[in-house]
Amino acid sequence: MSIAAAIGMAAIHENLFIKQAEVHGMSQRGGAVQSNLRISNTEIASDLIPHGQADIILSVEPMEALRYLPFLSSEGWIVTNTAPFINIADYPDSAVIMQELKKHKNLIALDADKIATELGTKKASNMVMLGAASPFMQLSEKACREGIRQIFERKGRDIIDLNLAAFDKGRKLAGEYQQSAV
Amino acid sequence: MQSLLLLGDEAIAQGAIDAGLSGVYAYPGTPSTEITEYVQASREAAEKNVHREWSANEKTAMEAALGMSYAGKRAMVCMKHVGLNVAADPFMNSAITGVNGGLVITVADDPSMHSSQNEQDSRFFGKFAMIPVFEPSNQQEAYDMTFEAFDLSEKYKIPVLLRVTTRLSHSRSGITRKDVRPQNEMTMPADPKQFILLPSIARRRYKDLLSVQQDLQKEAEKSTFNEYQKEGNQSLGIIACGIAVNYLAENFSDHKIPYPYIKITHYPIPYEQIFSLAESCRELLILEEGYPFVEEQLKGFLPGKYTIKGRLDGSLPRDGELSPALVANALGIEIQDGLKVPDMVANRPPALCNGCGHVDVYNALNEAMDQYGKGRVFSDIGCYTLGALPPFESISSCVDMGASVTMAKGASDAGLRPAVAVIGDSTFTHSGMTGLLDAVIENTPITVVISDNSTTGMTGGQKSSATGRLVDICQGLGVHPDHIKTFVPLKKNHDENVEVIRKELQFEGVSVILAQRECIQTAARRKRLEKKTKMATEAK
Repeated sequence: MSIAAAIGMAAIHENLFIKQAEVHGMSQRGGAVQSNLRISNTEIASDLIPHGQADIILSVEPMEALRYLPFLSSEGWIVTNTAPFINIADYPDSAVIMQELKKHKNLIALDADKIATELGTKKASNMVMLGAASPFMQLSEKACREGIRQIFERKGRDIIDLNLAAFDKGRKLAGEYQQSAV
Repeated sequence: MQSLLLLGDEAIAQGAIDAGLSGVYAYPGTPSTEITEYVQASREAAEKNVHREWSANEKTAMEAALGMSYAGKRAMVCMKHVGLNVAADPFMNSAITGVNGGLVITVADDPSMHSSQNEQDSRFFGKFAMIPVFEPSNQQEAYDMTFEAFDLSEKYKIPVLLRVTTRLSHSRSGITRKDVRPQNEMTMPADPKQFILLPSIARRRYKDLLSVQQDLQKEAEKSTFNEYQKEGNQSLGIIACGIAVNYLAENFSDHKIPYPYIKITHYPIPYEQIFSLAESCRELLILEEGYPFVEEQLKGFLPGKYTIKGRLDGSLPRDGELSPALVANALGIEIQDGLKVPDMVANRPPALCNGCGHVDVYNALNEAMDQYGKGRVFSDIGCYTLGALPPFESISSCVDMGASVTMAKGASDAGLRPAVAVIGDSTFTHSGMTGLLDAVIENTPITVVISDNSTTGMTGGQKSSATGRLVDICQGLGVHPDHIKTFVPLKKNHDENVEVIRKELQFEGVSVILAQRECIQTAARRKRLEKKTKMATEAK
């Protein structure tokens, strides 16, 4: 949700149209949570993304990235955290999940939890993921940083800086990941 | 003008504040909760002293809003679709009394039942009460229509229904605000007898409501919120209601709809436009989020001369929310299918949080009930409904707010022993108390477990009217103090808690067990806030 909020702010900063549909309520209780985010320089019709038309699946959990594959366009990118969130007994083997993810040529997979922890707090892993996805969004780096500044504004200077550092790190590592995959 | 990024719900709230709202009344319910929460968090609303506390249930909320309207001020009442069932009595009668200050009833429907027991369509309630209904198709309209709804309410002195569905409630977009207007001054109703629904007056008031119907129809016919595009391929005419128009537009490049169509967002149904559309096109396709409300009215029972497609002939599914793909299918447009979900992807069913008190309640209850077998525990609406799922599988019912107590009573009347109710604290003060009174009066053998987490948990932790009052309420209703037992649902207390439940199950009368431990989500939030406040005080 904080990722979508930061992108939303960035889009508003660039005077773009945006629609972002979230899931609240019962389905939020430990279940899978997702947000449909659409940004455009022209007006947007549907709040929901039609199947096969998402440019990016940005997932903070590897199995969840696979759940939304029906939405991905043929040239779309999967940008996912590799740290699993295991709250069910039948969670598949992590290696099998990675194998499945690697079938997709447009993939960025990072252990955002680890990267964020090294920066100071695991909580910043969302901004690592946002950074990793940012090269594939038609939003400027400046606008993304502005968006992060706005959503963490009330939490003070240190938190903003930490999240900006997480964003930068994610963005840098995504670039390196792409290089190494080529 | 200022541009804001708001959920559909928040756009309604901001629209109401800017339109001169004096009070919002509500009981939390997904997907409507964020409207009231937005007003509660709004600095402008605080500065203007807008009423924004939660009510005990939707009926009390509706009545209080009607009272504020009686006194000449603008009031909004918000609820989810099933909440309108609870508020149905004052809602229906408010159309007969009419209003003084503008009164808008905002109802958020939940097609596909993301967080609900059914997917009833509140537009039927609007028609039932014979009042105008607005159904915004986007966030800006949600904002603008809130203004319009108050204006229409004050123009015709009747309440107005504002209907949204989950996708709009919980989707964010940019909003441009209008000029803010002041609240109404307090005034008495012009007709001093207007609100006295004695039969003689009610009959007169009902005739007044009937007499204004033609004008309401005209308002919808000329409403700028309803659009009629006459141009296009006349092999098909389309009627798209609310957000369905977005799914329609999504299927065409540049969102240019190549068929003649009517977008309905202001009801009653604009018949004149529809008649013109039907005359010019070979077939009609009706797209609506919810029940086939428009489709049924156009189709009727007798075979007609028009071919009408929609949810009733299988062009669209009869239930569930719409999507761009379903609309494409109804239009015969080929869609590109995405990839399949790999088989390995496991479901994550909703579950109680780690450390939740309800978990310890169910563990204790299951052990105490073990000797009697399954099927004797009636439950209610809240997080604890998840007690129906593994690993607990403790409960046999979840019907409506408060039904646990009364269903246990009825089953007990039929001879079921023990008959147990599990209900949350907020649900108990919403609609459980009156049922408990029924049981007390007849001394019906039931055991009511109130799993008290001191909040309205499922909707995100809103204030519960029950907090700190449950013992007094139960005693006041006449439950014998010896049979009001309290325990703390924690693992370490498990054995004694089982014992308490066992004893009360054997009691041939009404007993109440209060399992009291704060919701771990609200407790964590409270502690963070306390820490922050402490740090701020120390810094000074």
